[in-house]
Amino acid sequence: MTDTASFDQSDESIVCVSDVSLHYGETLAVDDVSIEFPAGKITGMIGPDGVGKSSLLSLISGARVVQDGTVTVLGGDIADEKHRIAVLPKIAYMPQGLGKNLYPTLSVEENLQFFGRLFGHGADERRRRIDQLTQATGMKSFLDRPAGKLSGGMKQKLGLCCALIHDPALLILDEPTTGVDPLARAQFWDLIAKVRKGQPGMSVLVATAYMDEAERFDWLVAMDGGKILDTGTPKELLEKTGKDSLESAFIELMPEEKKKGYKPVEIDPLPDDADEDVAIEANDLTKRFGDFTAVDHVNFRITKGEIFGFLGSNGSGKTTTMKMLTGLLPATEGTASLFGHEVDAEDLETRSRLGYMSQAFSLYGEMTVEQNLVLHARLFSINPDEIPERVEKVSKRFGLDHEKDALPENLPLGVRQRLSLAVAVVHSPDILILDEPTSGVDPIARDDFWRLIIELSRKDQVTIFITTHFMNEAERCDRISLMHAGKSLAIGKPDELVKERGSKDLEEAFIGYMLDAGAGQEEENRTDDKVTSIKAKKDTKVKEREEDDATSGFSLRRFYSCAWRESLELMRDPIRLTLALAGSMILMMVMGYGITMDVEDLRYAVIDRDETTLSRDYAANIGGSRYFSEQPPLLDYDDMDLRMQSGDISMAVEIPPRFGRDLQRGAPVEIGLWLDGAMPQRAETMRGYVQGMHQLWLQDILRERLGEDATALASIEVRNRYNPDVKSLPAMVPAVIPVLLLMIPAILAALAVVREKELGSIINLYVTPLTRTEFIVGKQLPYIVLSMLSFILLVILAVFAFDVPIKGGFFALFLGALLYVIVATGMGLLASTVTKSQIAVIFLTMIATLLPAIQFSGLLNSVSSLTGAGRTIGEIYPTTHMLIITRGVFNKALYLRDLHTPLLALLAAVPIIVGLAIVLLRKQEK
Amino acid sequence: MLRSLKHIYRLGVKELWGLYRDWILLVLIAYSFTFSIYTSATAVPDSLHNATIAFVDEDNSPLSGRIISAFYPPMFLPPLMISLDQVDSGMDKDLYTFTVDIPLNFQRDVLYGKSPAIQVNVDATRMSQAFTGAGYIQQIAMAEVEEFVRRYRADDTSPVEVAFRNRFNPNLTQSWFGSIMEIINQVTMLSIILTGAALIREREHGTLEHLLVMPVTPTEIMLSKIWSMGLVVLLATGMSLVLVVHMALRVPTQGSPWLFLAGAALHLFATTSLGIFLATLARSMPQFGMLLILVLLPMQMLSGGSTPRESMPVPVQYIMNFAPTTHFVQIGQAILYRGAGMEVVWKYFVWLFCIGAVLFLISRSQFRKSVNQG
Repeated sequence: MTDTASFDQSDESIVCVSDVSLHYGETLAVDDVSIEFPAGKITGMIGPDGVGKSSLLSLISGARVVQDGTVTVLGGDIADEKHRIAVLPKIAYMPQGLGKNLYPTLSVEENLQFFGRLFGHGADERRRRIDQLTQATGMKSFLDRPAGKLSGGMKQKLGLCCALIHDPALLILDEPTTGVDPLARAQFWDLIAKVRKGQPGMSVLVATAYMDEAERFDWLVAMDGGKILDTGTPKELLEKTGKDSLESAFIELMPEEKKKGYKPVEIDPLPDDADEDVAIEANDLTKRFGDFTAVDHVNFRITKGEIFGFLGSNGSGKTTTMKMLTGLLPATEGTASLFGHEVDAEDLETRSRLGYMSQAFSLYGEMTVEQNLVLHARLFSINPDEIPERVEKVSKRFGLDHEKDALPENLPLGVRQRLSLAVAVVHSPDILILDEPTSGVDPIARDDFWRLIIELSRKDQVTIFITTHFMNEAERCDRISLMHAGKSLAIGKPDELVKERGSKDLEEAFIGYMLDAGAGQEEENRTDDKVTSIKAKKDTKVKEREEDDATSGFSLRRFYSCAWRESLELMRDPIRLTLALAGSMILMMVMGYGITMDVEDLRYAVIDRDETTLSRDYAANIGGSRYFSEQPPLLDYDDMDLRMQSGDISMAVEIPPRFGRDLQRGAPVEIGLWLDGAMPQRAETMRGYVQGMHQLWLQDILRERLGEDATALASIEVRNRYNPDVKSLPAMVPAVIPVLLLMIPAILAALAVVREKELGSIINLYVTPLTRTEFIVGKQLPYIVLSMLSFILLVILAVFAFDVPIKGGFFALFLGALLYVIVATGMGLLASTVTKSQIAVIFLTMIATLLPAIQFSGLLNSVSSLTGAGRTIGEIYPTTHMLIITRGVFNKALYLRDLHTPLLALLAAVPIIVGLAIVLLRKQEK
Repeated sequence: MLRSLKHIYRLGVKELWGLYRDWILLVLIAYSFTFSIYTSATAVPDSLHNATIAFVDEDNSPLSGRIISAFYPPMFLPPLMISLDQVDSGMDKDLYTFTVDIPLNFQRDVLYGKSPAIQVNVDATRMSQAFTGAGYIQQIAMAEVEEFVRRYRADDTSPVEVAFRNRFNPNLTQSWFGSIMEIINQVTMLSIILTGAALIREREHGTLEHLLVMPVTPTEIMLSKIWSMGLVVLLATGMSLVLVVHMALRVPTQGSPWLFLAGAALHLFATTSLGIFLATLARSMPQFGMLLILVLLPMQMLSGGSTPRESMPVPVQYIMNFAPTTHFVQIGQAILYRGAGMEVVWKYFVWLFCIGAVLFLISRSQFRKSVNQG
């Protein structure tokens, strides 16, 4: 550990924070904090939610931009870009949330490989490290499982492996065990202890809401309201406050006004004479998803007013059971009934007696607290006159009266959970189903929450069905059920279960039951104490190269890593892949075939006021061409108006009385022609056709019938180049290719960045040595390859299905297409970097591509003929240039030498678009 | 029933709040109903405009000079004079759409009555210009020849004239057409994205699940999205019709704007249902994005708003009958340009309603399943 020791020599602290403040808009998250963190120790940050623990950790990890003050990490200012790049490879950061920085569709192995590559390890080195880490954590037998299908505890272990893969000198863990069951939690901390034994020099910073965990740490920092309350070893803190547990010690440290009114949770026992009305009943309840049995013959009966705790590891089927109780999921076998009625998704009556609070915070962030309450009251059909009073009462009871006009997303988690509960009980339900309502909530808020639940149960006789990972909460339940792998292991009163197992507390009993059922065995047994020292001898040469790699501007390995991961994710979504490839072919079929500029079969009708052979001949002459098709004759002007209005005909021909006679006499005759101007271009084309036919007919008549010589003075020979029959198809098929190669690649790439922002894995860009260029270009590469594949398919379709041969140089076409799809995917990425939500990016991409590509790029009207802003857009838009290339190669037999102008234009667009996307992407969160 | 209506109303109001707080979406909506429509309507010129033309004048006579000088803006860009061997390369490079070759001794041959031929080369890949441009060149050149000859020969007018009258749009002003068609495109795109993508977002965030546990039915949830997003787009359409189409572009519209808006409302029922339908099909936002393009592109290109519907191949016409835009384009053209009333457009109304109802019912049956998948 010589490399980390060098940082320790100057000072004993690994991180030094001085006068740091952080604002999110109006909110002050960190308030002028100064503190030093000791090196080589495990430091715990404890405190309620929203007090600035996570914010401080994200500042230290370099994920977030430092606003005020200085943060010194590993001997340098983290705000200094150079230093940050240099130390990022030495820091590992695991953000809050289960598996937040992992890629759910990638397997355990692939996730680890990705992180290994990011830190510049070679293939052998990666193999060795992955094997050691997975061996040590017991993940080895799950290498092939997708990260999204792991249980919560396993996800966190994988997250830890990913964080440890590069031997960090500083490991930052933000609430790593929130939402994880006790067994997995215990295993997680054992693992950390082992890792630290193997690497004593490593410093660890942990934020946690579990006070029992905090007792294991070397040093603690208690925070509240963006400020530091106190620091010291757990023992010091206990001594200082004179309390016997950290939980009560922490409460003691809180400022007076927050402590005020706090008292421990007390619970009256459920009266024995409680009526035996069964509120919730499950009989052999079973749910299968394909081969996988999520819930396996679960039975329970819950009486009215009971608090029933539902415990179990993540993925043991708790949430699925709840979904079946609420009717969200139909049961595969067995029954669930509420108040003796079997659960039925269509039964609104029972549902109005039910209150549900789901695991994810599911209120409407865009509505205020009061609006949320009122909306739910209304949806439960509470008498409108009662609503204000009811909302008033509920918000008072849940302590929400000061936050009425706040938006939920701006509230701390504890308050949001209270709001969720308030919403769930606004209609006074008889049953409350709560899915991990206190996960991630601080001790005080949790106790507040429980007081409310107990009050509901005891005072209002509400039956409560609740899941939790907190054992002190489970102890408060009247009865609990332990679930594992879809089966119910035990049901009973908490103290009876403890007694039954003869363990010292519920936690031990819980872990005992779980281990008996085989939980964690496959993992635990294989854990090997010896291999936890991941650090191995590396010859200095390799190491130098790796470090070089880690801090250099552009690393091919990291770039490849990004591209490889993105393509894996793409491959794991075969539906999207098929839609992209098959979709472009279908669109080409439909559009190449469907868009025609040939004006054919236009419907017209005649008012013949002459009714002579000549007049009939004139009318038939028009109908004889392929352009027009004659409809039943018109009666009069009214008839003409009506039929034109309804779109039945688009042209009317009026032949005046005495047409034939006047014509033979040589007297001036005028034929009336009405065109439907609703589509101006169609009218224009019709006019051209009719004029031509009229002239020809006239010449024929004059010559044949009247014997007059009407040789024209001169003639015009029109030669249609490139497309001799002036057919739409040969012109349209090559023109459709650029449109498809723009829209589909753009929308494919558009979601790439913004989706990571929404799902949280963007954090990997912030805290690893990955550069923005590697990230963007790496993401782009798979989409470029996919789009080129699509291009080849489109060309094959054009040549073989549509019979539109490539007359010119394929190489020029290929080169053009390559540059063009780089630009197209770049446009999608650009849209993705500047937006925050997936809806917005879809919207923006559609607006930015659809209109310009179809109307301004010369698909139907050449760019030179356009006017106004459309013309300007058309001239610079890449589709314009690509259209010149495809039409040039397909229709005009052109080669590379003829097409250098549009090719250069596309080439110039590449650095502009891609560069812009890179520049606008942030490497740190603001 | 009354309770249902109240739920639909409340949930719809909730949707409106969501939109109100999302300023990026509001800006994009405003943009697409103003700037998008304005540029699109004014970009495409009335008839032939700024066509590129080049002449090879082998004759160099007063007549050939006269013909060449007859081509001027705005229909044609000022003609370029080139030599014969520049014709091919120039057309290849897209420098000119038309080249006209006036042969040696053209003037002499005309006066001798030998009827010489002028050769016009047309770049036929430039579809719309090629069609109309060739006709104009023919007319202009022949008129010049005739006038030239008239000074030497006796007047001889054509015995039969054709009097063209353009109904509904006397000067064939392109912006009249373009503006309304672009409104239709924006209405379709917006309504599908607003309902479909919003539904997927709610599903991903778990709020949909939350609703389904309450005494609220999927039908109510779907209808609430349809009316609220439909209303937003309908209002935007109305505003755009008044502010952009009438005031900025000065397009006179014929029939009742209310009837058009009624048609728009029915169209919105169909497209918002389509949005929900796509959302039930797609399992994630990226998939929805793909489906969106698959649906939007043909709807925009093949519904009769870009090229005449009757000229499309019959199978395409048949398929496009199932796209709501096809009928809405007909409604727009019939009412706003031709001043038609209910007696003409009722059948399109019926089509729209049926398309919407079928999509709605399919989505309704898939709704619960899709929530659990997502």
